[in-house]
Amino acid sequence: MALNFCNNNSLSAITSIPAAISGGALNLISTQTASSSSTISFTSGIDSTYKEYIFKYYNVHPSTGASLYMNLSADGGSNYNVTKTSSAFRAFHQEDDGGASITYLTGYDLAQGTGSQRISGAINASNADESCSGTLHLFDPSNTTFVKHFIAETNAYGESVYSHQLFIGGYGNTTSAINAVQFSLNTGNIDSGTFKLYGVS
Amino acid sequence: MALVKYNNRSILNVTALDSIASGSLNLITTNTISSGVSSSSFTSSIDSTYDTYIFKYINCHPASDGVRFQVNFRDGSTAFDATKTSTHFYAFQDEGGSTTNFRYDTSHDLAQGTGYQDLNTSGVGNGNDESISGTLYLFSPSSTTFVKHFMDTNNMYFSDNYTINSRTAGYCNVTAAIDGVDFKFNSGNIDSGVIKMYGLSKS
Repeated sequence: MALNFCNNNSLSAITSIPAAISGGALNLISTQTASSSSTISFTSGIDSTYKEYIFKYYNVHPSTGASLYMNLSADGGSNYNVTKTSSAFRAFHQEDDGGASITYLTGYDLAQGTGSQRISGAINASNADESCSGTLHLFDPSNTTFVKHFIAETNAYGESVYSHQLFIGGYGNTTSAINAVQFSLNTGNIDSGTFKLYGVS
Repeated sequence: MALVKYNNRSILNVTALDSIASGSLNLITTNTISSGVSSSSFTSSIDSTYDTYIFKYINCHPASDGVRFQVNFRDGSTAFDATKTSTHFYAFQDEGGSTTNFRYDTSHDLAQGTGYQDLNTSGVGNGNDESISGTLYLFSPSSTTFVKHFMDTNNMYFSDNYTINSRTAGYCNVTAAIDGVDFKFNSGNIDSGVIKMYGLSKS
């Protein structure tokens, strides 16, 4: 075996460190960047390694006026159709101060639905600075005893020229393991945006 | 100075990386519940090391049907009885899609109460696949000047087949340091679940 030496102040080609060194509990698993993408799918890295997975999405901008959705898969991404029941409420405030409220949204929730779950307000595509950003938590997806709880919170520059904060809570009503998650818009492509998947140790 | 070598692709006998960032979310303690316990406590390592402590509770499953998951805080004695004032609201929908609600809930907030803080409105079911998962933030527990703010968000499977997203926030109205946190159901044991405590690095 060749003897390897430290190279000045850097170590090259290291693939593991001792267990005594903490690497932090929030572990970046993968990053995807949208570019006129119809969907963004995470089909690997979601397993029993972590009890909680966190998706962060940054500045998701649609090709046409649209909202961000997500769905879950129990077959590695072949089908995104896990049965879900969810609740939804939102707060908004218009830039001209013309309206503001907080309310439950029956049109945004699911009752044993298999379609995609809406996780943002509608975003206008015509203005370059409009987007949504947020976080989706998915708990214990590999568990084969319990339903799969998820919580999403997203803020959008809404097409009615308002700040639109949407709160979603629900569960994938299945005891099968969830092993893939997909993001999409209700219409058109995701022109741009960054999606990151983390595991919490 | 001893010659430091590394062995193929693994660094041996190193216990600290001085100037290399190692992440800001630090796992401190994991409580794994695999058989019934009346409560799950964190009674050490809550100090001035971190300004934010994060508790993740994953699939906490009750022995009894229709019970509330709760938290309380220890402020210097052995008892979990810190005085708290809090808000609590929730949104829910049943699986049949016939009932939804979103409201503030005056029966699960506290006004200078010392009892346990409810973290969900209606009861968590004890069916095999029913549970509650969520996150509790506790800010600056070691401060002896300010009150101690906390915020919680969770999702649960209600015993009548509802999803309920509950949100609670408040403060321990004490200037004594908070040095312990306790989770339990309002009745019966926690049959299973995992509760983890993290600290968020100050820098």
